[in-house]
Amino acid sequence: MNAVPSSTWFSASPEWGWLVVLYLFLGSLAGGCYFLAALIDLVGRAEDRPLARLGYYAAFTCLVIGGILLMFDLTRPERFWHLLLQSHTFRPMFKYWSPMSIGSWALVTFGAFAFISFLGVLAEDGLLSWRAARHMRPPGLLARVIAVIGGLLGLYVAGYTGVLLAVTNRPIWSDTPLLGMLFVVSAASMSAAFMILLARRSARTAPGIFALHRIDAWVLALELLVLIALVISLGPVARAWLNAWGLLLFFGVIVAGVLAPLALYWRRDWLGERNMTTAAALVLAGGFILRLVIVFSAEGVGV
Amino acid sequence: MAEPMGFYTDTTVCIGCKACEVACKEWNQLPATNGGVNTLSGDSYDNTRRLDGIHWRHVKFIEQFPEDRKDGRWLLMSDVCKHCVQAACLEVCPTNAIIRTEFDTVVIQSDVCNGCRACIAACPFGVIDINPVSNTAQKCTLCYDRLQSGMEPACSKACPTDSIQFGTIRELRERAGARVQQLQNAGEKRAHLYGADEKMLGGLNSFYLLVDKPEVYGLPPDPKMPTRNLVPGSLFSILGALLVGLIGIVNFRRRGAGEVKEARP
Repeated sequence: MNAVPSSTWFSASPEWGWLVVLYLFLGSLAGGCYFLAALIDLVGRAEDRPLARLGYYAAFTCLVIGGILLMFDLTRPERFWHLLLQSHTFRPMFKYWSPMSIGSWALVTFGAFAFISFLGVLAEDGLLSWRAARHMRPPGLLARVIAVIGGLLGLYVAGYTGVLLAVTNRPIWSDTPLLGMLFVVSAASMSAAFMILLARRSARTAPGIFALHRIDAWVLALELLVLIALVISLGPVARAWLNAWGLLLFFGVIVAGVLAPLALYWRRDWLGERNMTTAAALVLAGGFILRLVIVFSAEGVGV
Repeated sequence: MAEPMGFYTDTTVCIGCKACEVACKEWNQLPATNGGVNTLSGDSYDNTRRLDGIHWRHVKFIEQFPEDRKDGRWLLMSDVCKHCVQAACLEVCPTNAIIRTEFDTVVIQSDVCNGCRACIAACPFGVIDINPVSNTAQKCTLCYDRLQSGMEPACSKACPTDSIQFGTIRELRERAGARVQQLQNAGEKRAHLYGADEKMLGGLNSFYLLVDKPEVYGLPPDPKMPTRNLVPGSLFSILGALLVGLIGIVNFRRRGAGEVKEARP
């Protein structure tokens, strides 16, 4: 019971388990896909618009599923609205210093933007015959405003969860200020990979797919740096990863999820046609394992 | 507001009788573990194991005996919510279920809590957990209902050795200071107070007299507020978002020969 590396060793586990891991994965994809789709809309080319539409479909779908998972992670799911309205007064419930409070509002607001864009792309793809919905797609001014705000909210949704984990007293989570940054960066790499896979499967092979592939390479390099910085920032607490979780983090995330896809990017002839999709699948799996390790590795730590 | 009230627990006079645990369970109608089926922990005389949703008092048994057992001592300590002046649970609670009362104590309103469990992760002492009956987060209320009727909390009322003392924080601190002095004079140089001043989370309204390092009792030596990570965590996240945005813009804007070449490997 003596000499623990941090006072965080004495806190208790909130038992955020599989539902939360899945939410972290889907929430990151939702935010990241929307952000990338919005970027294509704002600065990309017209030929890439089918790719952007894929991003909006993915964002809305992931967000809805993730939101439902999050609701059922509450031990009183029927009271989920207490996060938004004070149950005694029905006034808005908002606490800017509580990441879960702002996060709840961000999810709802982002959800509205994701839904608007979802309607827009449905209309553009001819699946919804509602004329007004077409205005939610570029090149109009309204569409650009939606893309800017929604894209920023998407990044917020991708990253706030890392800050939420840090604003606790749990081992590992609250022993570094870099979890939020790691989640934002990893959300971008995962989402680019997800969009590459979706585009390949649905044969929407717009030229932007190569841009996504390049983005992945850059972001993965950044992710590697952030991961190294994170381990350094943990200091003696990093000892908590000298176990199976640490191995999973090293081989599952750093080797398979970051280094292998980077190698596939630099050596394009290794797998030929399948190079890009293999890299993307690895990035996606690495992003999932990263969230899994972060959430569960704090469980076994403590006195 | 009434004067701040709280507990002062003198661990040196605790005899490990667990009357506080029983009184707490009785008054607050907390259920037994495992439906009352006896399960032994194998850890000294402690079968309560930890504070959680149905154990708001927990008597810790710390055996300090050398291999030859020639010398040794028991450390006994009745653990409870610390009712921190700067309370981590209250700070992060996203539904305002956790409130500060007129007695400067910290109470979870069971009808508001939706079981997000942010408070469980935030508490530096590991005090809070979900109560399986209400499915909400619960912990010691410092017998808020009894206090409102001018009664003292059930645990301190039941404590036969006055190890747990209830009163105004001002008076309890005076009493505790005198007791530390008495023990020091008697040769127990390790005697010290834990959480009795503002340095620890603004002061613990349930503070302790200990005769060993806090970590020996399972108490964090340096508990901190969770929001210490809010600003640095947010700034680094914004930096990450800026870098990701930059990478995205540069790559989606870059057009021309590069792509054509890539498209035909």
